Amino acid sequence: MPKPKVILDAKAIKAALGRMARAMVTAAKKEDFVLVGIQRTGVFLAQRLAKLLGEKSGRNVQVGTLDIAMHRDDLHDKLMPPVYPTSIPFDVTGKTVVLVDDVLFSGRTIRAALGALTDLGRPRKVELAVLVDRGHRELPIQPDFVGKTVRTQPEDHVEMRLVEDGGADEVLLFKNREKASS
Amino acid sequence: MNESTSHAPIQPAPVQWKRKDLLDIESLSPEEIRLVLDTAESLKDVGRRMIKKVPALRGKTVVNLFIEPSTRTRTSFELSAKRMSADVINFTAEASSLKKGETLKDTVRNLEALNTDIVVIRHSAAGAPHFIARVLEASVVNAGDGAHEHPTQALLDALTIRENKGRIEGLNVTILGDILYSRVARSNIWTLTKLGAHVTLCGPTTLVPREFARMGCYITHNIEEAIRSADVINLLRIQHERQRKTMFPGTAEYANLFGLTPARFRLTKPDVLIMHPGPINRGVEIASELADCERSVILDQVNNGLAVRMAVLYLVSGHGAATQTLTA
Repeated sequence: MPKPKVILDAKAIKAALGRMARAMVTAAKKEDFVLVGIQRTGVFLAQRLAKLLGEKSGRNVQVGTLDIAMHRDDLHDKLMPPVYPTSIPFDVTGKTVVLVDDVLFSGRTIRAALGALTDLGRPRKVELAVLVDRGHRELPIQPDFVGKTVRTQPEDHVEMRLVEDGGADEVLLFKNREKASS
Repeated sequence: MNESTSHAPIQPAPVQWKRKDLLDIESLSPEEIRLVLDTAESLKDVGRRMIKKVPALRGKTVVNLFIEPSTRTRTSFELSAKRMSADVINFTAEASSLKKGETLKDTVRNLEALNTDIVVIRHSAAGAPHFIARVLEASVVNAGDGAHEHPTQALLDALTIRENKGRIEGLNVTILGDILYSRVARSNIWTLTKLGAHVTLCGPTTLVPREFARMGCYITHNIEEAIRSADVINLLRIQHERQRKTMFPGTAEYANLFGLTPARFRLTKPDVLIMHPGPINRGVEIASELADCERSVILDQVNNGLAVRMAVLYLVSGHGAATQTLTA
């Protein structure tokens, strides 16, 4: 396996999340908003953002988790992906919902997340926060809050690892992942 | 720490379901059983929503082929398939051409000609699902074959136990009643022993043969002994339709010897779970008031049946893609 490049280390992830939290407060002004993390890594990021929002801005922001497996557009030609819990302990109807995910690439995960979310209610507004935007969108989806924009090739693989999953905090870029493995 | 270990995968990749069919529990690994339970647990939420439906199986066709009569299992499979957005057709023994002399093989081949993706089959002959699974490209789910297995019932029982007790490993589970003719018992024994529970079987000597000890169970014909240290008591219905008269003591005598009565219930652990796959014969295998007591999770089982069947339909529909992996 080719040696991956570290795009963000623990310190950079922390700084990026801090910037994102401040941008959310600025954008929301006095309005309330809730965070919904996309399973799995997005959930941990949403929890960290909520903690930062509480500590730095005194905002008590509710967090939900959303699994998008049921709404994927590629279920027909794949082994079925694992299904993690969707747990949203509040009514999303009428709220400003910030979806949180680790890496934004084709936009298909977010398309699925919008489908999953609207089955649960009718938010007033949905925004998108991602730690890394690596480009190469295949759908008209853009983030509202970005930790870091990274220039990549479509065949690269970007992977986020977090302490919560038993590793070290880092975002890794694997060059030509598909070519290397095929 | 060198470079390769610091970037090693954090967790082993989760187990993936690679089987075309769900035919029995016997051939599943503990990891596969846990995958079904985890998937079902995640899907439970769908039933609590205002929109009780997800699009995962949109465009898929599920046929319920029930050669042996059943209402609750068929209804549960039908509703599960609908909650996953599949289209469902029901074939029953009365309505099918099997009555007109068609073979099972021809019946299922006709179903496949309708572009069926999943066949859910109940049949009075053990092994019928395995037979049609070999004939069909479509996925096959066993909804009960004779006295052999009833895998989704055992999985929903395991989910109910795990939900209420937080674990399965190390628990004492007593299965009480007609073991010999029970596919539920067989599937439960496989599931529970694979997940590390201690299984005790109890009932009349004619209905609980010694051979079951080979499956790793403790066998007793003394009900007091069987229930005293149980964390879970799973009561099985007497399968009158499969009995020979000589093997069964009679309803009143059975209730007297092996029924869960209030007096016996007082011997059990305070946190025991009372389970029953239904339909209940009140006053026979269980006293009426105990079926409704707070330790009874009989209706939880019914509810978990939906989540487990949704999970199974979801997982088997990924077959044919064994070499593919998911991209972000």
